[in-house]
Amino acid sequence: MAFYFVQFLTGLASAASLFLVASGLSIIFGVTRIVNFAHGAFYMLGAYVAFTLTERFSGALGFWAGIVLASLVVAVVGVLVEMVLLRRIYHAPELFQLLATFGLTLMVQDLVVMIWGPNDLLGRRAPGFKGAVEFFGQNIPTYDLFLIALSPIVLGLLWLLFQRTRWGVLVRAATQDRDMVAALGVNQKWLFTSVFALGVFLAALGGALQIPRDAVHHALDLRIIVDVFVVVVIGGLGSIIGAFVAAVLVSELNAFGILIFPKISIILVFLVMAVVLIVRPWGLFGKQEAAARRTPGLTVNPWRPLTSGERLAAWAGLAVAAMLPLVGGNYALTVGSEIAIFVIFAASLHFLMSVGGLASFGHAAYFGLGAYGIAFLAKMAGLPMIVCLLLGPLLGCLGAAIFGFFAVQLSGVYFAMLTLAFAQIVWSVAFQWVAVTGGDNGILGLWPEKWAAGPASFYWLSIGVAALAVAALRIIVFSPFGYALRATRDSLLRSEAIGIDAKRIQWTAFVIAGSVAGIAGALFAYLKGSVFPDSLGISLSVDALVMVLLGGVETVSGAVIGAIVYKMLSIWLVSQTDLSKLVLGGVIVLIVVAFPKGIVGMFETLRNRRRPELPKPALLKSRIEGAE
Amino acid sequence: MSTAPTLLSVEGLSKSYGGVHAVRNVSFALQAGEILALIGPNGAGKSTCFDMLNGQTTPGAGRINLLGFDTTGKKPREVWRLGVGRTFQITATFPTMTVRENVQVALVSYGRQLFNVWASTPQFARDEAGRLLELVGMSGYAERPCGELAYGDLKRLELAIALANQPKLLLMDEPTAGMAPRERIELMRLTAGIAREKSIGVLFTEHDMDVVFEHADRILVLNRGSLIAEGSPEEVRRNPQVRAIYLGEGLVYDARHREGAPS
Repeated sequence: MAFYFVQFLTGLASAASLFLVASGLSIIFGVTRIVNFAHGAFYMLGAYVAFTLTERFSGALGFWAGIVLASLVVAVVGVLVEMVLLRRIYHAPELFQLLATFGLTLMVQDLVVMIWGPNDLLGRRAPGFKGAVEFFGQNIPTYDLFLIALSPIVLGLLWLLFQRTRWGVLVRAATQDRDMVAALGVNQKWLFTSVFALGVFLAALGGALQIPRDAVHHALDLRIIVDVFVVVVIGGLGSIIGAFVAAVLVSELNAFGILIFPKISIILVFLVMAVVLIVRPWGLFGKQEAAARRTPGLTVNPWRPLTSGERLAAWAGLAVAAMLPLVGGNYALTVGSEIAIFVIFAASLHFLMSVGGLASFGHAAYFGLGAYGIAFLAKMAGLPMIVCLLLGPLLGCLGAAIFGFFAVQLSGVYFAMLTLAFAQIVWSVAFQWVAVTGGDNGILGLWPEKWAAGPASFYWLSIGVAALAVAALRIIVFSPFGYALRATRDSLLRSEAIGIDAKRIQWTAFVIAGSVAGIAGALFAYLKGSVFPDSLGISLSVDALVMVLLGGVETVSGAVIGAIVYKMLSIWLVSQTDLSKLVLGGVIVLIVVAFPKGIVGMFETLRNRRRPELPKPALLKSRIEGAE
Repeated sequence: MSTAPTLLSVEGLSKSYGGVHAVRNVSFALQAGEILALIGPNGAGKSTCFDMLNGQTTPGAGRINLLGFDTTGKKPREVWRLGVGRTFQITATFPTMTVRENVQVALVSYGRQLFNVWASTPQFARDEAGRLLELVGMSGYAERPCGELAYGDLKRLELAIALANQPKLLLMDEPTAGMAPRERIELMRLTAGIAREKSIGVLFTEHDMDVVFEHADRILVLNRGSLIAEGSPEEVRRNPQVRAIYLGEGLVYDARHREGAPS
């Protein structure tokens, strides 16, 4: 019994950091409507800076001063980020905000390795809290008790801040209607900046307070951000009390899950999240958001099928690509196959994101499931390659059917967070379930059969499948189903009023996208001859997002161009520099701020500019709709 | 009028939000081909009433019978399938599609082709979409991006979309809100013409009394959630309670009449 009580306390202590970070995320979201993906990075920075400062300052006072000072330093970094970057994108579609802050996360990952090195750092124990209290033969670290006491105190302080100060009133007002607050003469810029600073301070404090408990390392950011997303989805984005309750809930589930069901502890949290989402889609303490901002809106450029000339050009492009084996060596062919595979992957995400308006931050899950599907079929069932290629993607399809069902209940940032959490869960299962997936060692020895084994034949297979997949998706885009999907993206109200069941349409689109991603993953497994949990990972999901973004979110063919350019660029980059994440993150931020239409989008704009301009009578219209 | 079949009958419809009774025990009926106006000052419960008829809001109490089916608490898309067209106070269209495509999507849905992944939508029911656009006077704009339309044209487009399922009943929430005076008259004249020709019942809410008294066959007056008067424009106009509550601001209306506006 005592053991369980101690476990309960351990859970509560873990909840402290989670609560600090999640409440910071919630406060920032409440006012600025930005889901700050970089929040995990600020948490990690807080831990690193606190490590350095507490090593530098001696004594008990030095330690605590170091913790607070570290949080303040990171908050100042946050202010700079807000002023330089976020102020430029407050009015951008939310996908762009998520991506820009993710770009920051990538940059920070490389920066901390540059500054602090790649090794785990063990921080000082907290002075005054080094011992443990004995409780019926069980030891409870006093530092845990300190953390347990801390989070209600922080909750209370935040409550006082928001209820009892003028600044808090302004923040609450801005949370409800920021335009109104601006109209009342409040300097919105500084309100946003100060809110961001507070949120970042809380995240950094959460990180700094972890150093006596946990080693500091450069993967902390993604680990915490996924947990935090789960917390805010359960608790309700924008609610501080929700963040508190959900942080405790998730931490306790983790603490007891490991005891009771060690193998499926992660799934337990997922199950709870799924139940909450079904019962209360906006979280335990959340409120339904006003109609999500319309994601399209950079251009009003109706899509049209290819003209016969363009179709001819596409065939010509394919023909040229098919001739690569005549000139290229084995390396070129392998790279070519990889690019073809990523064209399929990016096109599948584009279908979900551009056509359906559902920006998935965990699309790699279905890519990876397709790859594991192949591995299971080929290694365990010993089926021939062609059968595997046909059946393997079904695992991606199945995953998409299950997760997609929950994900399409939500939209906008909630959708993004949920898909990310799902992908992370799949990744963890692949990573932990060593008996089946081989864990970190992956599954090796998946080689194509003789007919596809040569680099040239595999290359032809890849571009053939890629051409088929892209063509099929394109046909779907212009089919009645594709229009219905776009209708749900453009106006939920109108599509419901003309008999469209939006959730079913979106779910179907999710399954289609997941299956096509599964096809890409299946080919990828054969290309590499192995499957690792990496092919389910966040970085792969984000690669796909960047490909679509680079090509142009609002175009039909952007994904193809984006995938080719991005993949070539990144392969070249990895060969040139060790700091590929820093450069990649910088590129993402740059695209979002300076280049939001992408390559194809810019090309289309240029072409339209040469045409005589049509009169544009009602520019106000979209704003009227937005006010709805 | 009394021989025409009843399209819509509402009995004891109520809805409260917290302690506020937005709609209280409202009952009325609407016949095929009839144009019925629902008026009342701001906050009278018109929009709540509308949203319940359409399925946007679940009624707190009462029954809605539409074309012989009990549609109480049915979803908007199920109500639509029964043959109800809807336009919104603030237009809801698909801004990234062309005007014609906006109508085509509605036709796709009406033809139950939503899950067809093979056909080419730009070719789907092209002529039919063209006919609907012609009906509302939008033929010239068919290939324009919908996002570029002026507000009045968007209202017409919404009407074309609402007619795509060959509705027996049109629900129009403030069809002329936000339009210039001349456009208002024109749009309602167009709607009334189509409704009479196809014998479609129309229920609309409206703030512009000129529009209401010119086109409505019958008028329902809501105040604070309750129905306080019902009858022909003439009866409603003479009703002292209505004058007191609603047409207190009616000087504008009287003045217009002296100038010889049609009644």
